[in-house]
Amino acid sequence: MKPASFEYERPAHLDEACALLSAGDDVRIIAGGQTLVPLMAMRLARPKRLIDIARIPELSFVRDEGSAIVVGATTRQCVLEHDATVRAKVPLLAKVMPFVGHAPIRARGTVGGSLANADPAAEIALAAVTLAATLVYREGDTVAECAAADFFIGPMMTALPAAGCLTAVRFPVWPEARIGVGFHEVNARRSDFAFASAAAQIALDDAGLCRRVALGVGGITPVPLRLDAVADALVGSRAEEAIIRDAVRAALSDIEPLSDLHASADYRRRAAATLAVRAITDAYRAAEGAHAG
Amino acid sequence: MPVELNVNGQTRMVAVEPRTSLLDCLREDLLLTGAHAGCEHGVCGACTVLVDGAPMRSCLMFAVQADGYAITTIEGLSPGPGELSLIQDAFCETHGMQCGYCTPAMILTAHALLANNPAPTREDIVDAISGNICRCTGYAQIVEAIALAAERMRSLNRPAGTP
Repeated sequence: MKPASFEYERPAHLDEACALLSAGDDVRIIAGGQTLVPLMAMRLARPKRLIDIARIPELSFVRDEGSAIVVGATTRQCVLEHDATVRAKVPLLAKVMPFVGHAPIRARGTVGGSLANADPAAEIALAAVTLAATLVYREGDTVAECAAADFFIGPMMTALPAAGCLTAVRFPVWPEARIGVGFHEVNARRSDFAFASAAAQIALDDAGLCRRVALGVGGITPVPLRLDAVADALVGSRAEEAIIRDAVRAALSDIEPLSDLHASADYRRRAAATLAVRAITDAYRAAEGAHAG
Repeated sequence: MPVELNVNGQTRMVAVEPRTSLLDCLREDLLLTGAHAGCEHGVCGACTVLVDGAPMRSCLMFAVQADGYAITTIEGLSPGPGELSLIQDAFCETHGMQCGYCTPAMILTAHALLANNPAPTREDIVDAISGNICRCTGYAQIVEAIALAAERMRSLNRPAGTP
């Protein structure tokens, strides 16, 4: 369990990091290293050179831009977990953060690192896809953006170019006053990789009907899935259990779930359906309890 | 590569390959063998050390990344040679260890928990050590040890004579 040899660079600025990244093959970015280092220890990754961006000051921030909360790529997960702005403005993101790895992983792991490594069970990726977040990256001198739904391609695979450096992620802020969230996952041990997970954020109108619904499921397919058909079916309803159950079952009927030693495809599909119902129910109840204004 | 590390309050210079984990550097270069190598890929928690007071996996951090942080290992917790810290003492008293392999990491994790939360619930304690595996499965006594240490630390901070 020892990584292969590599060269190590720690640039002081993003410009320098991007130049180093464009300059060679087999160069990889490291920040918290909580996903990459295990891969290197198992020799599933053998980069020739690591560019350490963990201490570049311009990449670690949480910024309120009104219609969105922008999180810098190297912001540590434990910082986001306790951030009051995130809690108030992007409640679903705040809700999933305690489930990201164990506390010692969140103390070092970064938000961008979790997204760039694209584990199918990752909670931050699920929140990003569910809330239709936008990922911002630099390639050389060019700044580009990618919708979360297009960013994740497969397990540990993203649309990020080889010389691209994820710099930030923009989470939309919902303007509605009555918002509730729900999140559930199943795993073998608390905070381990989820076999199935579901995240929901719901906004209600004054009459208590669903005005806006976002639902996503993770861990069951190679990338997190946003289930817009369920969201559409619930808008205008009071999220009655029968409606949720039918919509979720229909939405999950034609997916091909992952399967492994720990959880079969069939189990994952059933678990995801149950968790989705619970997440939506929690979100609706929380929104009902939320005070307008 | 030369690296200057701050370990247990002392500045130490080491020369390491970039691929050397902080864990291997502590154990092999600095002979601080209290941090244990278990899975070496971030799952078991046996290598936990405190980095600026927060528990982290020393197997998932390269030594070259660790300069400028205050690193605390189990060797840095005892008040003097041959003495035990209050938390270590509580682990002895409640039999909070069996083979001892996970123990330094459990104690450091407990140390960080109690530094931030002097009155943890059982749930808080279980959550704090959820990233540390004890293969002897002696969790009940470990939880008991941390609760006992918390109680003693609280009473230390009360003026004499108060209940």
